[in-house]
Amino acid sequence: MQKTNSGMQKTHLELTQVGISFPTEKGPFVALQNVNLHIKKGEFVSLIGHSGCGKSTVLNIVAGLHQATTGGVILNHKEVTEPGPERAVVFQNHSLLPWLTVYQNVELAVKQQSDGKKTKAEIRDWVEHNLELVHMSHALDKRPNEISGGMKQRVGIARALAMQPEVLLMDEPFGALDALTRAHLQDSLMEIQAQLNTTVMMITHDVDEAVLLSDRIVMMTNGPAATIGEILTIDLLRPRHRLQLADDPTYNHYRHQVLSFLYEKQRKVEDLGSKRAEKQHHKTQASA
Amino acid sequence: MNILKHPALSQWQSQFSSTLFWRKQLKQSLLTLSGLLVFVLCWQLASSQIQTSLGQFPGPTQAAAQWSQLVDEYQAEQQREDAFHRRQLERHAAMLAEDPATEFTSLPYRARPTFFSQILTSLHTVLTGFVLASLIAIPLGMLIGLSNNLYQVFNPLIQLFKPISPLAWLPLVTLIVSSVDLSSAWGSRSFVVSVCTVMLCSLWPTLLNTAVGVSQVPNDLLNVSKVLRLSWWRHLRIIVLPSAVPMIFTGLRLSLGIAWMVLIAAEMLAQNPGLGKFVWDEFQNGSSDSLSRICVAVLVIGLLGFALDRLMLMLQRKVNWDKTAVSR
Repeated sequence: MQKTNSGMQKTHLELTQVGISFPTEKGPFVALQNVNLHIKKGEFVSLIGHSGCGKSTVLNIVAGLHQATTGGVILNHKEVTEPGPERAVVFQNHSLLPWLTVYQNVELAVKQQSDGKKTKAEIRDWVEHNLELVHMSHALDKRPNEISGGMKQRVGIARALAMQPEVLLMDEPFGALDALTRAHLQDSLMEIQAQLNTTVMMITHDVDEAVLLSDRIVMMTNGPAATIGEILTIDLLRPRHRLQLADDPTYNHYRHQVLSFLYEKQRKVEDLGSKRAEKQHHKTQASA
Repeated sequence: MNILKHPALSQWQSQFSSTLFWRKQLKQSLLTLSGLLVFVLCWQLASSQIQTSLGQFPGPTQAAAQWSQLVDEYQAEQQREDAFHRRQLERHAAMLAEDPATEFTSLPYRARPTFFSQILTSLHTVLTGFVLASLIAIPLGMLIGLSNNLYQVFNPLIQLFKPISPLAWLPLVTLIVSSVDLSSAWGSRSFVVSVCTVMLCSLWPTLLNTAVGVSQVPNDLLNVSKVLRLSWWRHLRIIVLPSAVPMIFTGLRLSLGIAWMVLIAAEMLAQNPGLGKFVWDEFQNGSSDSLSRICVAVLVIGLLGFALDRLMLMLQRKVNWDKTAVSR
């Protein structure tokens, strides 16, 4: 067993003063501002926050799919300006090409990334190796619509891993799955990450998932002008087992801290309720 | 691999051996037959009530009689052609026997167009026009669908040209084609006129559907393409084209249907050889058999249109990746 923070080197992914605003008719709308985050090699960071707080925007900026209006992202001393395979993305709804088989979907990524440097046999080996990693070797010739949601997400992860990314970006990768499949995939992900020591940045809505998987949890405030509220370091030993942790006081303490941030400091649900009450109040006033 | 153990085959076998499958097939064919029966009965009843200037409107029996008459005429024409070639060969042999150095040219047989040769002409024309239209519409549609600006440029033009009737195009096409000197490689003038008219009318559904299909590629897949850094060409071939295939085929099937309808109208009006001309000639002919012959032609036109659509459907099933898509 090793301590979480051991084996990590200096900062390798750096977000500095990242902000984004969109032009609207009423002037620019600031969605995100002052996001500062330093992530070390091999670190697993989760982004958690209420819907619409700009978590996905942060991830998309790191992926290069969105351009930050202010500040910027630096990966290995190079500024991120466009998408690239060194920042592989696992999308929420798998995004496999439905006309390609499981094998071909991963092969596309491998071929694209190897740029003609790998031989046919090497490509085949690498595709099969990555599909084995996510336990999908049995379905190489199936099309995405012939396999379950969990399996599709596994293939999505295999495709991302096959690009040998520096950073794995995951946008609510298990959000659309049932609880049992989700738990299964979380365990797989931990196993793979321990094996490859890939840096991971994951968006989640699930507090348990965040605490179980992460080295650090980045909690975001509500938008507009969302930013990082708190960062919680999860100092739990790896490998982690969900059953053992269920009764672990430290684990529950972390869980409690995330929950209290989400439901006390950034009350979104009750806000909606009070807003509705306010509206109701206005209505009754207007009618009176 | 043992072919008898192939999963597709065993599935096929179990499908055929099950009584449920056969019951379903039986029910389906009975329903189809009953529909046809109702139609034939209605036709028979209605025809006996209608008196035209050419006598009583033909019922199914008269039409069937004319069908065999048309088959006979075709066979007779074939025999005549065979006889012509035989005579010509005999003549040549005789000339050669007299003087081995004789040079002669073989005369082509000027066949009188029969019903069946008209069908072939029509099919040839419609397929040529349709293929040419598709060759223009699919690449152009992809370009328009890829760029929002191009879409804005072309959309008004497409909307303007789409509803134009083939009959409106025909005089223009005829005049333009006759003003252009065509080499014999293009085929006869009337053929070119028909092909151009078919092309102009059947271009639009494929063009529009391709453009829409291309512009509706899911955002997630576009993001995948960006993350993988696919080149423009690979992006087009691997992401855009396959996801537009279902829409392209919808367009192609609409286009083929339109092409077939337009062709018959064009042949009628422009006196281009084909089924349309056959109908028009019979109408002008006005013999007692004409109405029955027109009935036969109308049914054949319908059947061929149906067959063309089925052909397209088969092609769609073969090419389309989405095997779960219900296509009928």
